[in-house]
Amino acid sequence: MLLTSMPRAMKGDSIFYRLSFTSAILIFLVLIGIILSLIDGGWQALSEFGPGFVFRNIWDPVNSEFGAASAIYGTLVSSLIAIVIAIPVGLGTAIFLAELAPDWISRPISMAIELLAAVPSIIYGMWGLFVFAPWFSEGFQFWALENLVGLPLIGPWFDGPPIGIGLLTAGIILSFMILPIITALTRDALKTIPNVVREAAYGVGATPYEVITRVLLPSIKNAAVGAGILGLGRALGETMAVAFVIGGANRIETSLFMPASSISSTIAQQFNEATNEMHISSLISLGLVLFVLTFIVMGIARLLLRKR
Amino acid sequence: MKLLKSVVMSSMLVAASFSASAKTEVINGAGASFPHPIYAKWAEEYQKETGIRINYQAIGSGGGIRQITAKTVDFGASDAPMDIKELNKEEMIQFPMVMGAIVPVINVPGIESGELKLTGEILADIYMGKIKKWNDERITALNPGIEIPEQAIYVVHRSDGSGTTYNFTDYLSQVSPEWKEKIGRNTDITWPKEATTIGGNGNAGVANFVGRTRGAIGYVEYAYAKQNDLTYTQLDSAEGKFLQPSMETFQAAAANADWKNAPGFELLLNNQPGADSWPMTAATFILMHKDQVNAEKAEQIIDFFEWSYEKGDELAADLDYIPMPETVVNMVENVWKEDLTSNGQTIIE
Repeated sequence: MLLTSMPRAMKGDSIFYRLSFTSAILIFLVLIGIILSLIDGGWQALSEFGPGFVFRNIWDPVNSEFGAASAIYGTLVSSLIAIVIAIPVGLGTAIFLAELAPDWISRPISMAIELLAAVPSIIYGMWGLFVFAPWFSEGFQFWALENLVGLPLIGPWFDGPPIGIGLLTAGIILSFMILPIITALTRDALKTIPNVVREAAYGVGATPYEVITRVLLPSIKNAAVGAGILGLGRALGETMAVAFVIGGANRIETSLFMPASSISSTIAQQFNEATNEMHISSLISLGLVLFVLTFIVMGIARLLLRKR
Repeated sequence: MKLLKSVVMSSMLVAASFSASAKTEVINGAGASFPHPIYAKWAEEYQKETGIRINYQAIGSGGGIRQITAKTVDFGASDAPMDIKELNKEEMIQFPMVMGAIVPVINVPGIESGELKLTGEILADIYMGKIKKWNDERITALNPGIEIPEQAIYVVHRSDGSGTTYNFTDYLSQVSPEWKEKIGRNTDITWPKEATTIGGNGNAGVANFVGRTRGAIGYVEYAYAKQNDLTYTQLDSAEGKFLQPSMETFQAAAANADWKNAPGFELLLNNQPGADSWPMTAATFILMHKDQVNAEKAEQIIDFFEWSYEKGDELAADLDYIPMPETVVNMVENVWKEDLTSNGQTIIE
C-alpha cells in the first residue's frame, strides 16, 4: 500500500511545486512588465529632465517644465500623518477588542471595523470633502490659528487658510482609511494567541497591563508590523480620497493647512485633460517615481522594524 | 413538416434581427467631459428617432485627442481646439459642436447674484494675489453704493485638469499681459503663490468650496452656477460694457466670433468683439479623420452631427448650453463636404 501510494504523492508534490513556482515567477514578470512600461511611457520626460526630475520643485504644464518634488513631498507627508495617527489608535482598538472588551461590545465594533475596510476610497473622499472638511475648518483650524501658530517649531505647521482641506486633512482622511486594516489584522493576530499563554502569565501574578505589553504584544510583533506596512502601502498609493481633500496645489509649503498634492492624486486629476506630450510623459514618470518610492519606503519600514 | 416550418420561421427571425442590428451600428466617441450631458441627451433622442446608437465616453479632452489619433474611436472631442499644424499632420478635421459659458462665482456676505461688477483685469489680479481683500479700492471704486465687507479673498480653482481652466486662463491671458507672461493658459497651470488658493475637484468641487467658504471666488460652467444657486458677478465685455451672464450675452459672443478667419476652427471664444458679448464663452470641438475607412459609417456620424445642429438646439438650451449660430453650421457643413473622403471619394454631397 505504502509503496504504491508514494509515487502519486510525490507527483502531487511536484505539480504543486511547479504551480506555485510559476505563480511566483509570474508575479515577478508582471512587476518587471509594469516597470518597463512606465519607463517607456515616461521616457520623454525622464530623458529631458534626467534623474533630477525627482528633486525638481516645479510643475508647470504651461511651459512644459516638470519635476516630482512637490508630489513626492505631499505623498510622504500625508502618509506619515496617516501612520502617526493610525498605528497607535489601531493598536489600541485592537487590544481593546481582543483583550479587554466584553463580547457584546467587541462583536459589533469588530463588524463595524470590517465594514469600514470595505468602504470604497472615493466615499472617504466625498465624506472628507463634504462632512469632515467643513467641520475641521470650524472645529479645529480656527482654534489652531489662534492658539498654535505662536508656538515655536510646530507653529508654522498651522499657519494657513482655515479652509478645511490641505495636507493635514488628507493625512487624517488617510488615517481613517488605513485604520480598519491595521485594527483588524492586529486583532486577529491577538486572537490567535492560545489562551494558555494568558493564563500562564496571569498565573505568575502579572497584571492585565503587563500581560498585554510584555507577553501578548511581543508575540504578535511581526503581524503588527505587517499590518502597519500594509496600511502604509495603502496610504502611499491612495488616490481618489486624497484627490478630493488635498487641494491640488503642486508646491511645497511648511504649513499643513495649505493645499498640496500627492503623486497619485496628481496623476488621477491631470491625466484626462493632459494634451501635451511632455505633460503626459511626466505624469507617467510620476507613476514610476511612486513605484520606486513605495519600494524604498517599504524597504526602510521593514529594516527599521526588523532591527528591534 | 411542423418542425421544418418552425426551423424556417426561427431562422428568418434570426436573419431579420441580424439585418436590423447591422443597421443599428454603434458609433463610438470619446473625449471632453464638459459637453457630456448634452452629447448623452442628443444620443438618446437620436436613437429614439433613428435607431442608431451613439456611445460617448467622457474621458477628458486629452483622452479624446489620444483616442481619435490612435483611431480607437469614430470621433474625438476636446474643449481645447487642436492647433492647425497638429491637425494637418494627423490629417484630421475639427469643428465646434456646441458652446458653454464660464462665470465667476463669489461668496461675499451681503452681496447678491449679479450685483457685483468685476473687470477681467481685476479678476486676473485677484487670481494673482495682487488684490487680497474684497474691499480693495479697485473693487469698491467700481461698485459705488454696494457695501463690501473687509474680507480676505480665497481663490478657488479646479484641482483637476480641465477645459474650463483652459478657457478661464486663456481669458485672463487676454485681459492681463502680466498673467499671459507669468502664468499663461492650460488645462492645468501653476497657480500663483501670492494668492490664497483652494483647489476643488471638478465643477462640483469648486461650487462646493465657493458655496461654503466666506470670501471665496471661483469659476464654473454657467449651468453649475445656476443649478447650485451660486452668487455670480457681472463682467465687462471687450468693449467695456458691464454684462450679466445670460443666454443673450452668451449668444452675442457666439455670433460675434470671427470663425471665418480661424483655419481649422481653431478659435477660443473669449473676449470676442461686440458690446454685449459675454467675455468667457467657449466652444467644444469634435475631431475626425479626413480619410474614413467606412464611408457608410462616416455618413451616419455626420448625419448625427447635422441632426444635433438642426434639431438639438432646444435640448442644448435646456441644459444651459449655447447652440452654434447658423453661419458657423454652414461653414462646418462645407468642411464636411470638402475634407471628408473615403478611398479618395468625397462622402457628403
